[in-house]
Amino acid sequence: MRAERISFRDLDWWLLAIALAICTIGILEIYSATQNTSLAGMHWRQTGWVALGLVGMFLLARVDYHAVLDHAPLLYLLSLAALVAVLLFGEARYGARSWIFIAGQSLQVSELVKLVIIVVLARFFSEVRTDQLTLADLVKATVLTAVPLGLILLQPDFGTAVMILPALGIGAFLAGLQWKHAVAAFLIVLLLLPVGWSLLKPYQKERIYTFFRPEENPQSAGYQTLQSKIAVGSGGFWGKGIGQGSQNQLGFVPVRWSDFIFAAVAEELGFSGVFITLLLLLALLLRLVQHAQRAADRAGMFLVMGVAAVLGIHVLWNVAMVIGYVPVTGIPLPLMSYGGSATLFVFLALGLVMSVRLRRFVN
Amino acid sequence: MSYWFGNEHRLPQSRLTFLAYLLVGLFVVLVLGYWKLQVLEADYYAELAERNRIRTVPINAPRGKILDREGRVLVDNYPSFSILLLRDDRGEIERTLPQIAAGLNIPEEEIRARLEAARHEPQFRPIVLKHEATPADIAFIEAHRRDLTALELLMVYRRRYPRDGFLAHVIGYVGEASEQQIERSGGRLRPGDIVGKAGLERQYNDILMGTDGLRRLVVNSLGREVGRLDEKEAIPGQPIEITIDYDLQLVAEAGLAGRKGAVVALDPRTGEVLAMVSHPAPDLNLFAIRIPPEEWRRLNEDPDRPMLNRAIQAQLAPGSVFKIMMGAAMLESGILPERFSVFCPGFGVFYGRTFRCWEKEGHGQVDLHRAIVRSCDVFFYNVGQRLGIDRIAFYAQQLGLGRRTGIDLPGEEAGLVPSSEWKQRALKQPWYAGETISVAIGQGATTSTPLQLAYSIGGIASGGVFRQPHLLKNYSPVEEIRFPLAERTVQKLAQGMFGVVNEDGTAQRSRIEGVEFCGKTGTSQLISFDTLRRLGGHLARRFTENAWFVGYAPRVNPEIVVAVLVEHGEHGSSAAAPIARDVVKAYYDKKSAREGQRYTVELRHHDPEQAPMIAELQPRPAPESASSGASRTPAASRRQPAEPSAARRSTDPGTR
Repeated sequence: MRAERISFRDLDWWLLAIALAICTIGILEIYSATQNTSLAGMHWRQTGWVALGLVGMFLLARVDYHAVLDHAPLLYLLSLAALVAVLLFGEARYGARSWIFIAGQSLQVSELVKLVIIVVLARFFSEVRTDQLTLADLVKATVLTAVPLGLILLQPDFGTAVMILPALGIGAFLAGLQWKHAVAAFLIVLLLLPVGWSLLKPYQKERIYTFFRPEENPQSAGYQTLQSKIAVGSGGFWGKGIGQGSQNQLGFVPVRWSDFIFAAVAEELGFSGVFITLLLLLALLLRLVQHAQRAADRAGMFLVMGVAAVLGIHVLWNVAMVIGYVPVTGIPLPLMSYGGSATLFVFLALGLVMSVRLRRFVN
Repeated sequence: MSYWFGNEHRLPQSRLTFLAYLLVGLFVVLVLGYWKLQVLEADYYAELAERNRIRTVPINAPRGKILDREGRVLVDNYPSFSILLLRDDRGEIERTLPQIAAGLNIPEEEIRARLEAARHEPQFRPIVLKHEATPADIAFIEAHRRDLTALELLMVYRRRYPRDGFLAHVIGYVGEASEQQIERSGGRLRPGDIVGKAGLERQYNDILMGTDGLRRLVVNSLGREVGRLDEKEAIPGQPIEITIDYDLQLVAEAGLAGRKGAVVALDPRTGEVLAMVSHPAPDLNLFAIRIPPEEWRRLNEDPDRPMLNRAIQAQLAPGSVFKIMMGAAMLESGILPERFSVFCPGFGVFYGRTFRCWEKEGHGQVDLHRAIVRSCDVFFYNVGQRLGIDRIAFYAQQLGLGRRTGIDLPGEEAGLVPSSEWKQRALKQPWYAGETISVAIGQGATTSTPLQLAYSIGGIASGGVFRQPHLLKNYSPVEEIRFPLAERTVQKLAQGMFGVVNEDGTAQRSRIEGVEFCGKTGTSQLISFDTLRRLGGHLARRFTENAWFVGYAPRVNPEIVVAVLVEHGEHGSSAAAPIARDVVKAYYDKKSAREGQRYTVELRHHDPEQAPMIAELQPRPAPESASSGASRTPAASRRQPAEPSAARRSTDPGTR
């Protein structure tokens, strides 16, 4: 091992500042959304999670990402075991058996598994020596992803499972995916759609059905989207002010402290708040791409882009879902939605990114 | 530095750049999406948010009470609770449905069926599970406020009517406003409003109906109230005091005792309706909540037609009562001398046809007085022949028949006084002189309502002053039609009618000791004598004759006139006159009691135990009705000094 001569002054403070700004908006809205409810005080817990995440991030940043990649096979097996364990002993919440208790805290295992899959795929793609990704490598990468993804689907947590796919897609794209393979993969997915449809739960089918025909049943599944849109639209340009949004405060917006927190932001802070928040989120993601471009090696690049892919799809899907552009799935908005596991995941992922950044001039 | 990929530093920069642009592009799409909602469509969504947040709850305004002439409560309201099921939270309903069904005693399938039926209605609109919650239901809901949040109680005032159809046709009933009513109201009525549909409830709906208030609530997503914005108080409807005397009404109702028919009692000095009965009658309380369709159908298809107010809507041949109008025509026209008399052998031949007198043996030599007292048909056949149809029609119309009296009730019928002009117009046929003979005894095409007969006889007895019958106590102006009759005419007719009761007349058994009770019986056929004979005489007659009696008292300047119709009642003397007698007697008993004498309502046809007494009318005493009950006595005693003595009044009829 070479001597570690890195200094924290070299950390990406801008990235950190952007992340913390986003967290602040999130905590503010968690406070606003849960005041006067039985969940009041939740924002303090979220603050705690952020603090814990920061510690995790700093610790992980110190670790050479190559060392992490070295342990990819072990991490992969461990996470598979954890997923199986969750299926067998886990606790069901919101209809999905995805929670496990560790030291008095319930953790959503699949959040941490996301991180492992990013690491595993980064390791796999960085080992590809050809400029173009061969079919055999593509299949291998797909299988590597498919196993944990299948286990998550069994929980069943459709949303989280789908959010992992971009890591594979973007990884393959950067590893030199050939157009013919992309087209073929697309066709296969198309062919598999009916099979996948039959595996969906009734409520999932309803959500998707409602997405395409929202006027048919405005009261049940479409209700969430409608209420969310009303919250967003009624916010106007300047918003109704923190704690003043009626859609938010009176509970019309579903799970407004978590999956639909952006609707609460939009109602209370208005388009101006939305614009600033989206700008921050975009800046965060673009910063990640920049780090990928400046990475010392392909491994680092893949690692950072894996993180960017997973965070990016979360942000895009969630923000689009709030205004009814995509079907409703239970996925959090990174750094803003309440949730310990999700917050930890994001900061650990950022820790990996920091680790790559700190070592960009090495060699 | 032993990394296997350590020599691999070539990064796919162009692909990374492409991804960065893709990312920016997607964000631009999202920003535009939010711009569209938050800037372009902000007003639309702001309105939706307000509608979400604010629920407007109507506050039901109670209708005005209906009081009798002495301030006794005939109709009032009671607070009732409708049970609502809030449908905002489907999961909650699913979870608690079995408990709700068990607690409210409604089959679970029924609730499900109703939820299914209301599936396409806006979800914020709750469905009504029960229109009238029992105390047990209310207790159940109150006890489970926390866990059964889908249940809600809505307070509404409902009408409490007298039981068993007492005064039913006069009072009428309420129901949801029809589309025509809403249209005609010019914005005052909204769908779902409860308005009067018949009787006084309809006639005086504008007075009785209050204005519902509004309460604007802030509700959360579960429809729970979290705050109030403002409130517009409900304005209760005004009470109306009507001219009906509860005591007389009671006697009249009991007198008819289940027989089909009608009783109308008027004060001819004022036009006030003292009693009005029509049997059979529906139980109004069926209408107080919401009448079940099958009940409504049954009422309307009943061959006895309980929904018909016979007092103002039954148009029947007046029969021998019409002889009074004939007598008036005879005396007033001067065509025949006052002493005109005929010999009645039991029949008469006119225009080659034999017309029978009801008395087969004949009445012998009869003049006008005897003809009225004994109700001789032959005498009036002769009078009719001499007068001719158009003269008869003229006097009958002037005396109040063939036109509406103008009573303040919806749906009054006009009856018919036939004339040659009428026949030409309606039937396109000339009048045949033979038809006049039937008309002369109140048969043929002649029809009138019980109210018209009371109005007409009362007017004649009052010297030709016909005052518009009315039920509202402070009705004004009371239309007064004058057709002054010669004093001699009035005296002559009154003598005759006094004889009907007090001589050997057709109603001699209905005499009242100490009261100058006068009247005229009538037995009208629904079909002609010829047809009757073919049907087989007496047997058929029982089913085809209506009994009439119109009586009044005292003989001069009457205070009360009572018309009684008993359908298929055979004879006016036996079926109808006793009822009128009871009403008049009750009137005098009350009057004596007011003047410090003994107050006894002696009833021959009436078991006082079965009468719906005021106290029983209010099985659930509401606080407000209790307070009005307490004020009843002082109100009654206050009236007494103001009441002019009967003697003074009777000498001064024309000015009232």
